[in-house]
Amino acid sequence: MIDTPAAAAPYLNIESLWKAFGDFLALKDISLNIKEGEFVCFLGPSGCGKTTLLRAIAGLDLQTRGRVMQDGRDVSNLPPSERDFGIVFQSYALFPNLTIEKNIAFGLENTGRNKAEITARVAELLQLVGLPEQGRKYPAQLSGGQQQRIALARAIATNPGLLLLDEPLSALDAKVRVHLRHEIKELQRQLGVTTVMVTHDQEEALAMADRIVVMNQGVIEQVGSPTEIYREPANLFVADFIGEMNQISALAGPSGVVRIGESDMQARPHAFQPGAAIIAAIRPEDVIPHGKGARSPGAPDRIKSPENAFEVLVDEMEFLGSFWRCRLQNERFGGGELIADFSINAVRRLELAAGTQMMIELPRNRLMAFARSEYGA
Amino acid sequence: MNLSHSNPVTLPAGRDVRGKLSRDDVIMRGGMIVIALYLVVTLAFPLYAMLSKSFSTFRFELAQYEFQVSDEAGVFDGTILNGAQLNQSTGAYSGGDLAAGSDSRLAVTPFFPDFSFRSPVQYQIRNASDTGRFLVGSDLYDDTDWLTLDSNTFRRVQLRPVKSRGIDNFVNYFSTPALFNSIKNSLWIAVVSTIVTVTLAFWFAYALNRSCMRFKGLFRLVAMAPILVPSLLPGIALVYLFGNQGMLKELLFGASIYGPIGIVIGSVFFTFPHAFLIISTALAISDARLYEAAISLRATPWRTFWTVTIPGARYGLISAAFVVFNLVITDFGLPKVIGGQFNVLAVDIYKQVIGQQNFEMGAVVSVVLVVPAILAFAIDRLVQSKQVALLSARSVPYQPTPNPRVDRIFLAYSTLVALFIVGILAVCQFAALIKFWPYDLNLSLNNYAFDKMDGGGWASYFNSIKLGLLTAVIGTSVVFFGAYLVEKSNGFKVGRALFQMFAMLPMAIPGMVLGLAYIFFFNNPANPLNPIYGTMAILVICTVTHFYTVSHLTAVTALKQMDREFESVSSSLKQPTMKLFARVTVPVCLPAVLDISIYLFVNAMTTVSAVVFLYSPKTTLASVAVLNMDDAGDIAPAAAMGMMIFYTNAVARILHLIASKGVLARTQAWRNR
Ligand SMILES: Nc1ncnc2c1ncn2[C@@H]1O[C@H](COP(=O)(O)OP(=O)(O)OP(=O)(O)O)[C@@H](O)[C@H]1O
Ligand SMILES: [Mg+2]
Repeated sequence: MIDTPAAAAPYLNIESLWKAFGDFLALKDISLNIKEGEFVCFLGPSGCGKTTLLRAIAGLDLQTRGRVMQDGRDVSNLPPSERDFGIVFQSYALFPNLTIEKNIAFGLENTGRNKAEITARVAELLQLVGLPEQGRKYPAQLSGGQQQRIALARAIATNPGLLLLDEPLSALDAKVRVHLRHEIKELQRQLGVTTVMVTHDQEEALAMADRIVVMNQGVIEQVGSPTEIYREPANLFVADFIGEMNQISALAGPSGVVRIGESDMQARPHAFQPGAAIIAAIRPEDVIPHGKGARSPGAPDRIKSPENAFEVLVDEMEFLGSFWRCRLQNERFGGGELIADFSINAVRRLELAAGTQMMIELPRNRLMAFARSEYGA
Repeated sequence: MNLSHSNPVTLPAGRDVRGKLSRDDVIMRGGMIVIALYLVVTLAFPLYAMLSKSFSTFRFELAQYEFQVSDEAGVFDGTILNGAQLNQSTGAYSGGDLAAGSDSRLAVTPFFPDFSFRSPVQYQIRNASDTGRFLVGSDLYDDTDWLTLDSNTFRRVQLRPVKSRGIDNFVNYFSTPALFNSIKNSLWIAVVSTIVTVTLAFWFAYALNRSCMRFKGLFRLVAMAPILVPSLLPGIALVYLFGNQGMLKELLFGASIYGPIGIVIGSVFFTFPHAFLIISTALAISDARLYEAAISLRATPWRTFWTVTIPGARYGLISAAFVVFNLVITDFGLPKVIGGQFNVLAVDIYKQVIGQQNFEMGAVVSVVLVVPAILAFAIDRLVQSKQVALLSARSVPYQPTPNPRVDRIFLAYSTLVALFIVGILAVCQFAALIKFWPYDLNLSLNNYAFDKMDGGGWASYFNSIKLGLLTAVIGTSVVFFGAYLVEKSNGFKVGRALFQMFAMLPMAIPGMVLGLAYIFFFNNPANPLNPIYGTMAILVICTVTHFYTVSHLTAVTALKQMDREFESVSSSLKQPTMKLFARVTVPVCLPAVLDISIYLFVNAMTTVSAVVFLYSPKTTLASVAVLNMDDAGDIAPAAAMGMMIFYTNAVARILHLIASKGVLARTQAWRNR
């Protein structure tokens, strides 16, 4: 995406959106800006309000409070037909009694296009979604993945300014899903259409989105690029929801220090009062394995911060194809264990096996401190 | 790091965002309001008119009249006599005589024992108050001026009653044993018929679902046949079989078929398919895994039956019982034909209205009849909603295993039931073709010369077909469109809930009650809709409304199976919802649409109860003709006409089947992948 100033102007502007179902608040004060051409994913556990937010943007179920601006226009209370978007649902929602062509042409009729133009556009769209030969078939004659591509073609047929996708891939089996993921992303890049996709699959969000909106219980927990969300989770919920995260009960030291068990370790800067009960967290792949002699100054894999290095017992090892998942034990973890992912290479080099002792280091810029929260860490 | 949601959050004060209505929203709400208004006008208003009629009473208020009598020379001495006092002194009328109907009149000469129409004495009469009214001949006087009349004219004075509101009619009803005994009678035959029908239908359905006997398809077909004929047809067959000159009269050992026995046998016949369908559905959905469990626990078949089969089918059984109860207690045709002196509520309504022209009492009986009907209906709905929950559980369909001995017993049983049904129809057909039972048994078509009988002749038959077709086309359109609007429109929750309620109401209203309510509402000259009274239009409207509920439920079930997001997609594509309706919804739901039309057609052909009050000489109907010809003693032609209805409906069903298949093949090619 080219980051020109024009492209950076917010295309969709959501201001303090609330949605109440009776007494239940499904959305609580949601504010969000989406830039033109951006691919944004709403990510969160089931029931967190992703679909509700998407439907409010579409005007299918109006919000209770708040404003939605699209392309500088206040669309807050407009019916869907007066907004500018295309939508794809998990169920595909293809019209079963119309052929693929007629399904795609459905939105092109009554738009001032003549028959020849419609036919040409339908052919172009079928080409675009990679199903040029299938126009005469009925939806039931296509596979799930093909049907979803037709639903996509139908949604973008009229060149809407905004494309909304509600879990478009979750009805498909894993392989088709990964494949279609790339195709949708590619198509979106090609068309440059601003896209909002709802998903509860973090892999999908990480792979497809320019920016991810992590939601939980009706609020936004964090907004950021996939790497930001992954590398710099704003709180324990995000840290826990996306990727794997070791969580160790600890006490806060001064900023940049956490106390795990008896020892102080270097960590990222934090704002907790010294002595506050916190959770220290580190991702399994961030744990660095070291050879026996790593403490000696001349060792090739020298330890950078000696306070953060300690001996552990390799309790169990599990081969997961591209890496080894190891369960490591040390009394510091209060009977718990630390999970670390080591490369095949490292395991071979260090001759690791279940029952061996080894040295690990928790790199200071990857060791994070979070408030203990009601998430039940 | 304080997370926002760890604080209690509340919706900020302010007004809820109100959506701007799209053109489609306006159209859909408008359509819904129109159809809801249709239901209000054709159902709620007439019922209200009937209810208010049942509470309106008429009485002669004698105190409202004053009289003077002259001497032989025609000179009045100024003495004013009050009507009430005159009645007291002469004892001319008792209290009961003064209770009246809307058309009652009361002569005044009995107040004057010396009265002679030849005497030269003159009389004066006036209304003592503004509400008083009396007739002289056919001239109405409602002012308070004295009117002087000679004896001969005075003879023609008639007082008119005063209308007021009160429960007098009900008091009157419940103090007349001849009337309120019908409640007991109606309940009695309804209960007995229900027990017999549900038992028979249960074993029949059990045989079809749980045994491996042969000819299941044929039995299914036979079981549904009674739906195709008016409910009074079995009555005619029973007259031929067990009537005074019946073929099998001896089998009754002197008991009369005219009365409860006949009503119960006939009711079993015409309610059988309804009970069978419901119970069969309930048995079909029961879970095979429970039977496997029972077998693994070594339960005896008897125990399995009581612990698995019956509980599994219990909602079906209860539902069937209430449906049958409702059908029997509200049925009019059958007890009219075979009831004899055994009075039931539905026939009482007819007798009060048609026989005695006592509309108020007809309304009272209607109100009395509505109570059990609504109760049965409400319980049935409650039970059905429970059964839906049962259905959604994941279950494995039961596969019966052959058992030659049991299968043979079931075959014998099913054959007996089928013979009963076919027998009744065969007797009617036989009766129709015999010249003159029991004296001339030659075959002839004389009984089909309907034009020579009472009942409207062949025109009735063609009127019925016209009514059937119009009801099917108009009814299906209205019902399906209405169901679509209420299922698929956005917001407008209160309106939609109200609509659903109105759509359910017709099922709870007995046909007799609906028909009578239509008289009160549409036959009122002050009603702008009065011109449709006596036309085909009112018959169509009445029939559509009468059978609205089942049609509506069929449509709703079909619509619920459509993807909820079609409307969302269509509006995001900026296409009118009506385009979606025409291009997608209707074609996809075509099987349901066809089901609704055949249901309406068949019922329009067979219904008697509502339309019996509403036909006019120009719009006589075949089903009513059966009734009237039977009434007039032309029983064989009545049977012939009844069988015409049967054959017509059978043909309609076959056409429907062919049409469904054809339409499915053509427009629903997408179904076969
Ligand atoms: N029509 C409704 N009436 C009442 N509550 C509703 C309604 N629709 C949604 N909710 C509630 O609002 C919350 C958010 O629902 P929503 O469908 O937005 O969740 P979601 O994040 O899309 O979840 P999923 O991943 O399961 O689709 C849920 O708790 C849901 O139960
Ligand atoms: Mg959702």
